[in-house]
Amino acid sequence: MRNLKLIIKREYLARVRNKAFIVMTFLSPLILVGMIVLIAFLVNLNSDVQKVVGINDESGLFVTEFEDSKDVAFMDLSDIPLKEAKVIVEEKEYMGLVHIPKILGNEPPKIQFFAKEAPAFGFLTQVEKTIGSKLTNLELQARGIDVDLIEESQSTVSIEIQNFAGERTSKMATYVKMLFGGAAGYLLMMFIIIYGNMVMRSVIEEKTNRIIEIIISSVKPIHLMLGKILGTSLAGITQFFIWVVLGGIMLTIVSSIAGVEIAAVDGPQQQAMEQISDNELQQLVIDIAKLPMLTLLVSFLVYFIGGYFLYSAIYAAIGAAVDNETDTQQFLLPVILPLMLGIYVGFFAVLENPHGLVSVVFSMVPLTSPIVMLMRIPFGVAWWELAISIGLLILSIAGVVWVAAKIYRVGILMYGKKPSYKELYKWLKY
Amino acid sequence: MDNLLVAENVSKHFGKFTALNNVSLQIPRGSVFGLLGPNGAGKTTFIRIINQITLPDSGQVLLDDHVLKPSDIQHIGYLPEERGLYKSMKVGEQALYLAQLKGLSKAEAKERLEYWFKRLKIEDWWGKKIQELSKGMAQKVQFVVTVLHRPKLLIFDEPFSGFDPVNANMIKDEILQLRDEGATILFSTHRMESVEEMCDYMALIHMGEKLLDGKVNEIKRQYKSNTFEVGLEAKDPENLRKELETKFKISDTDFKSINDDLKLQIQINPDSTSNELLIYLTSQAQVNHFVEVVPSVNEIFIKTVTTDA
Repeated sequence: MRNLKLIIKREYLARVRNKAFIVMTFLSPLILVGMIVLIAFLVNLNSDVQKVVGINDESGLFVTEFEDSKDVAFMDLSDIPLKEAKVIVEEKEYMGLVHIPKILGNEPPKIQFFAKEAPAFGFLTQVEKTIGSKLTNLELQARGIDVDLIEESQSTVSIEIQNFAGERTSKMATYVKMLFGGAAGYLLMMFIIIYGNMVMRSVIEEKTNRIIEIIISSVKPIHLMLGKILGTSLAGITQFFIWVVLGGIMLTIVSSIAGVEIAAVDGPQQQAMEQISDNELQQLVIDIAKLPMLTLLVSFLVYFIGGYFLYSAIYAAIGAAVDNETDTQQFLLPVILPLMLGIYVGFFAVLENPHGLVSVVFSMVPLTSPIVMLMRIPFGVAWWELAISIGLLILSIAGVVWVAAKIYRVGILMYGKKPSYKELYKWLKY
Repeated sequence: MDNLLVAENVSKHFGKFTALNNVSLQIPRGSVFGLLGPNGAGKTTFIRIINQITLPDSGQVLLDDHVLKPSDIQHIGYLPEERGLYKSMKVGEQALYLAQLKGLSKAEAKERLEYWFKRLKIEDWWGKKIQELSKGMAQKVQFVVTVLHRPKLLIFDEPFSGFDPVNANMIKDEILQLRDEGATILFSTHRMESVEEMCDYMALIHMGEKLLDGKVNEIKRQYKSNTFEVGLEAKDPENLRKELETKFKISDTDFKSINDDLKLQIQINPDSTSNELLIYLTSQAQVNHFVEVVPSVNEIFIKTVTTDA
């Protein structure tokens, strides 16, 4: 145990004192904040220019329906023939020209858009919607229905979700759950990839420095492996912590000094927020408070640590099996694959249907369960499912650590040979 | 005899490959024991088993009359052939770390390190990183780390590779000094002259089998062939040669001499003595040179390994 502590300390210090590590720790938040500022700046820049679109409306019924917005202004070119209108648009370098021919009978009009470049999808939808609703209104009027009456009688419905126990939740709660789960899963994946790689490199480093045999004559291989994994993850947690603190500080400073509206970046979300009534906002706060925080926290820790351990042991074994980093490629694919699978299943299957078959199965399979289950938990998972999943995870950690330790024990003393999977299997029997 | 380390019928297989086959060895306390063998003979495997890096498939190793246990690591100092240090770590820090892994407290380790660094005149390197040192310099640090915890058993795998003659001598003297202070030393090498110079005992391993072991002098005695190298001054050398040929097995040889001698190697019967040969020779000619041909460890090594193969 004393040795394990010594190893963890050394590994931690070796990582933390590494120049590249220090530079990345302090540079990453800078880069991140820089990027956010840049994006905000670009978005503002982009929307500063108001584009002009010409309307050639032969019937003159629709042109009044188009309202100017921050991004687009509409120019009425209905009085001139289409040909000339096109020329004008081209000469004045307008964004494009909408042509709405006269309506003939019941046929829907063949609307055309002329432009140098294909327009944004959102813009087209906007145009279609404007013309479509006007057409509908015209049609209704033609059939003798009072449009104003319809508008008056239109009512908005907001569904209130209740579970059988009578607790109310809101739609927003679902978003919150998605956000919680998604962030946790994604964080875990990033953590595994970054720091798992670090574990692997540190094993390879010991091999290339040829110090391994000196160390291994003093400590058990399994202690060395665990020490590396723990030391590196402590360094990782340190880095994450610094990132969060530095990032937070810098975002605050930048947004207050430079006056860049960073909030502008998340425009759609803001709109969504505005749509929520005060009532719902209240409900939202209650919802967040009602999320199973303790379960969430505990299971987050269990899956985070478990998942990280599982993958780090594999990374350590890979490091032990090879001589240099270029040889790791063939072994890395099987590690990345389940991670990616976990993320994809998480974002598509789980968010679609948290309790569907796919979600359940993948939240049981050990290599994907840390990520997928983390995403499912906010939606409520039965205790027995959690028990099975965690049980399987712990079993497979024990198995993987055992296998990795075997490969590690043999592999760290092997030099100069690029091992195949067959050879690795043989090592298990040594 | 009082043995520090006893290996009993140790075997180790890697898949179908036999690295060690029923090897038994006794290493007497306070001796310098040379473990010889060509490349791939199983020396390193044997040493790794002593260090409990690998476990034997069968057989056992006793240290101080008990079966090896994990805590015995503290009593063993091992300098592997494949040795290195953390490149980006400072010398002192790294030595402290390795010493602590061997069970020393930090304060104790520091005190002893300072003593050794002074002794080997490397105290200026404390704050340097290994990548700033030459290979020989790094080896000195490794040597210090190996002996620092005052182990009963010291294992050196090719300890002199990478040292210049001055430093090799320095390390040799340190090793002998450690022996005099009570440590037992196991040497693995294929540099025969260092075995001849330093070892009291030796064992020869080839293809996983122990071919011979024992006191170096006794082994040499076993391998002597009752052959003598002589330089004879006679009036009629040709006649003398014919005369000798009828009595002994002779062959021509060459050695440096100021006389214009007849230079021969003469092999006598095992039951006759060197004195009898000398008396006979002095009656025939002027004897300017008379030396018993003692096989060098190198010759024994090559002879054993090639006849076995």
